[in-house]
Amino acid sequence: MNKAQKAMLEMREMDELASMSSFVHRMSPLSKLMMTIVYIAVTASFNRYDLTGLVFMVIFPVILYQMSYVPVSTCFIKLRGILPLILAVGILNPFFDRATVMKIGSLEISGGVISMITLMMKGVFSLMFSFLLMATTRIDELCQGLRKIHFPRAITSLLLLTYRYSSVLLREVSNMTDAYHLRAPGQKGIHISAWGTFLGQLLLRTMDRGDSLYNAMVIRGFSGEFLYAGNKEYIRCSMIMAIIVCGLMILSRFYNIPAIIAGVFIK
Amino acid sequence: MHMADALLAPGTAAVMYAASAAAAGISIAKLRKEEKLGLEPTAKRLPTMAVAAALVFAGQMINYTIPGTGSSGHLCGGMMLSALLGPYAGFLSMITVLLIQCLFFADGGLMALGANVWNMAFYGCFIGYFLIYRPIMKSSWFAKKGTNAATRIKIVLASVIGCIVTLQLGAASVAVETAVSGITSLPFGAFLGLMLPIHLAIGLIEGLITSAVLLFVYETRPELIKEAQQGEEVKNRFSLKTTLIILAVVAIIVGGGLSLYASSNPDGLEWALFGNADEGYSENMGLDEEDFGISSEIADKAQGIQDSTSFLPDYAFAGDEENPAGTTVSGIVGSAMVAVLAVIVCFVGGFFRKKAKAASQQT
Repeated sequence: MNKAQKAMLEMREMDELASMSSFVHRMSPLSKLMMTIVYIAVTASFNRYDLTGLVFMVIFPVILYQMSYVPVSTCFIKLRGILPLILAVGILNPFFDRATVMKIGSLEISGGVISMITLMMKGVFSLMFSFLLMATTRIDELCQGLRKIHFPRAITSLLLLTYRYSSVLLREVSNMTDAYHLRAPGQKGIHISAWGTFLGQLLLRTMDRGDSLYNAMVIRGFSGEFLYAGNKEYIRCSMIMAIIVCGLMILSRFYNIPAIIAGVFIK
Repeated sequence: MHMADALLAPGTAAVMYAASAAAAGISIAKLRKEEKLGLEPTAKRLPTMAVAAALVFAGQMINYTIPGTGSSGHLCGGMMLSALLGPYAGFLSMITVLLIQCLFFADGGLMALGANVWNMAFYGCFIGYFLIYRPIMKSSWFAKKGTNAATRIKIVLASVIGCIVTLQLGAASVAVETAVSGITSLPFGAFLGLMLPIHLAIGLIEGLITSAVLLFVYETRPELIKEAQQGEEVKNRFSLKTTLIILAVVAIIVGGGLSLYASSNPDGLEWALFGNADEGYSENMGLDEEDFGISSEIADKAQGIQDSTSFLPDYAFAGDEENPAGTTVSGIVGSAMVAVLAVIVCFVGGFFRKKAKAASQQT
């Protein structure tokens, strides 16, 4: 399977997840977007040594994953996109920041180790939540929601069209790559002599496709705005629920809940 | 170069969002203005912009073998989009590419999107286009070689220099944004010294791929490249291979000097590792005691509860009582409880799912 096919598979998987039905799927897209933004902002705002406070944040995505029936495992494949840079930044922390901040028995833990762990956790948590947003919301629903808050039409229309056409072009690229490799067995990538022609040919066809696409759209009455049909029934008070969840998130930023829970029990 | 949410502080992310949103607003306004001038309606450009963005997205899946090495390069596309569509339309297309990568492939986070748009789309489409691509294409360099050959050389020159410079700017911005966010203990100089040389190589390869594609387009459909001057056909064409080699050498010299300067001034990693220990480095970088945690009444109360309940007070944070709500043993115990709670939630969820499944099978 080549890279383009893998990408196609991934997009399809997201589409299938998003068209399932569950409580979270039925919440309005804007409320989910708001929760995602608040969650990521709260998670990112934790101090880099505040490991215990950050741990509590895992509860929100875990509960929502259970409610939405989205398997958590699919989300971890996506980590490969963000992990390299986080690792590059985080892995050196223990070497630069050696002041001991904590002792467990005779084991001394430096600030660098703590900050490395919190950095990784922040990365994983925010990924989990934004994945949840896309796994429970179809892209057209999201764009429709964004249009309701007067997000620029040019960008939402462009996003929908690009999304629609990326699978088409991925298929083209996949076919072309396969054909190329069948003619050039044992070669790893595209040879330098074909750098220009390979993508260039596709580009020319694509530009023509853009023109014919526009003509086809005009014939069907396109005037620059997509009309969203078939409104899905969303849960009525999903915005209120989202606001409550956001409030809980913000509360858990200011109060170290793990410490409070433990404080009640350890006495 | 995609930034992750974890690498940005919310404040920095918000600033970058504002900057990118302003650039996007200007681009939309410019497109509207062009529409009013009767050039081309935005609605008509939309499909072309979308398929071009989809092309760039799909084109990133192609591996290009780098001659002489076992590795392969990829396309990022900012420069190519602005050369084909113009900077404003190119910028908007690039935003959608980044949006799709972010939403469906988790390349870069939702909160970091503003920063990613700035680092990858803004520099490529605006700085790269207005300061590098257009001036070079409009210049009368290499005029002696004849119009066609001159344009070919200019295309290669503009895209290679453009890609290298814009990627260097983007990489430097990643380092600045991370440093401003105060996320990492990695010193700014060291991070910059890490990022710039890597992106020098990436920029060079991307520049060469972009120029190869643009040259092909120029050969077959010159009208698609607006900046190329139309002229009479000239027979003696400059070979692509020679141009690529010459420009690769030029780019290595120019860019190599640039990032050597950046990474040796100061020589970040060494400076941070060896030269700075006695200047109380660890105190400066992040162990700032006043910055820690929060000081509200409830937090103090929580601290009080902990003080009275923690049965192993010696295991607290060394030397600093005011640590973020005291990550003492109670914190560790609490975290363990949160983990147990999470597992319980999963079990309960699984139980109800099974029940629902059984119910649906029965009916």
